[in-house]
Amino acid sequence: MAFNVISKTVMKSLFSKPATAMYPVIKNEFYPNTRGSIEMAHIDNCTFCGICSKRCPADAIAVDRAEKRWEIDRIRCIACSFCVQLCPKNCLSAERQYTAPMTDKSHKLFTIYGQVVSQEDASQEDVSQEDA
Amino acid sequence: MGERTIIPFGPQHPVLPEPLHLDLILEDEKVVGAVPSIGFVHRGLEKLVEKRDFNEMIYVIERICGICSFIHSQGYAQTIEGLMGVEIPARVKYLRTIWGELSRIHSHLLWLGLMADAYGFESLFMHCWRVREKILDIFEETTGGRVIFSVCKVGGLWKDIDNETLKRIVTVLKDVEKETKKMADVFTRDYTVQKRTRGVGVITYQEAIDLGAVGPTLRGSGVVQDMRTLGYAAYGDLVFEPIVEKDGDCYARTIVRVREISQSFDLIYQAINKIPDGEIDVKVKGNPNGEFLTRLEQPRGQVVYYAKGNGTKYLDRFRVRTPTFANIPPLLKMLPGADLADVPVLALSIDPCISCTER
Repeated sequence: MAFNVISKTVMKSLFSKPATAMYPVIKNEFYPNTRGSIEMAHIDNCTFCGICSKRCPADAIAVDRAEKRWEIDRIRCIACSFCVQLCPKNCLSAERQYTAPMTDKSHKLFTIYGQVVSQEDASQEDVSQEDA
Repeated sequence: MGERTIIPFGPQHPVLPEPLHLDLILEDEKVVGAVPSIGFVHRGLEKLVEKRDFNEMIYVIERICGICSFIHSQGYAQTIEGLMGVEIPARVKYLRTIWGELSRIHSHLLWLGLMADAYGFESLFMHCWRVREKILDIFEETTGGRVIFSVCKVGGLWKDIDNETLKRIVTVLKDVEKETKKMADVFTRDYTVQKRTRGVGVITYQEAIDLGAVGPTLRGSGVVQDMRTLGYAAYGDLVFEPIVEKDGDCYARTIVRVREISQSFDLIYQAINKIPDGEIDVKVKGNPNGEFLTRLEQPRGQVVYYAKGNGTKYLDRFRVRTPTFANIPPLLKMLPGADLADVPVLALSIDPCISCTER
């Protein structure tokens, strides 16, 4: 039995750099494999077959073939990248960055690709961008 | 004889992030009885097998628990592969072993930190978790997730680790091993740690067997039982002995885990030396039909998976018996006679994971 075995480690860490990074100043580096937010990388290749939507374990993806629209619910998505692996045309990708946090349940909750944006929505988007 | 009082312990308690609830019956400062209740985080994941097809279900199963997520997905994949008679490639078996053992290291380091925190040893807690962070970085680099890997599938794996990365992992692990030794030294030799853990919550050899303890709780009482000796995944090709301590107290359970960490390092080195090249998945045809039962060794102990298929893509029944569920009766045996101040240490010594237990 010994007293204060940890003292050596504690003394060492007193005089060494912190093990943590100063987060907002030093950005976290993600790896190429990191499963971040799921994005539609090549909407032109998408055939709107709906495999991603049918196989999604969290039912986060909705595909409308008639309107050629692909949308993902950011709150439901569990970032398992099952859809990325299944996509027959390889148009989905898991980005390195995680989905940005939201302060309200705005239209940002859904990321919609391929939809013809109506005048009203477009003007709203402009306003929100200006605010940001 | 003092007056009896009942003190509720949990489900929200500063020492334990898990929603374990115990009604402690006290006589003065001594615990004379404990009534457990669970069910605060029940999510009905087992029922979901009827709505999610068996390939999707693996993503649900690995979310049973955030700490042993990989072994849950491995266990599910192994059960369904067994049910469908799928023979998986050797490389998959080795990679699953490597990730499984890395999970064990990170789980045990997490537990050692929590244990240190339970008896108020804050700096030891911080250092254990600092060391653990390097293992999580390996996970993120190889699988894409720090906690949930989503890398296992029925019939193999989604991602491979190339041999260059495996070599690099060995160098990282050598560093981590050195750091871990320093932490292990504190747990094995320090006076204050021993003062809080030695002779506390003794479970004898016979009691451990009778109450159906599993994992380090069982091995801390001197019973040699480790599911890895069944030889699932690549364990059949690797050389190791189950780690056993005789005393049966909190100290013995700590030492079992400390020694298991170094055993896991050794198993990973062995697996990386022996890993064969080859495919990482096989095509799975058809739907599961029949029954199958698998047992695996999680960081917390034996876990049992049972699956019943009916020839469609949805399973009829899927059952998980997690180690914490088996370890609650031994915990109730330990509590009577203990001081109220020792209850957090005792509750932690079985490494409770209530999210696992309730699914």
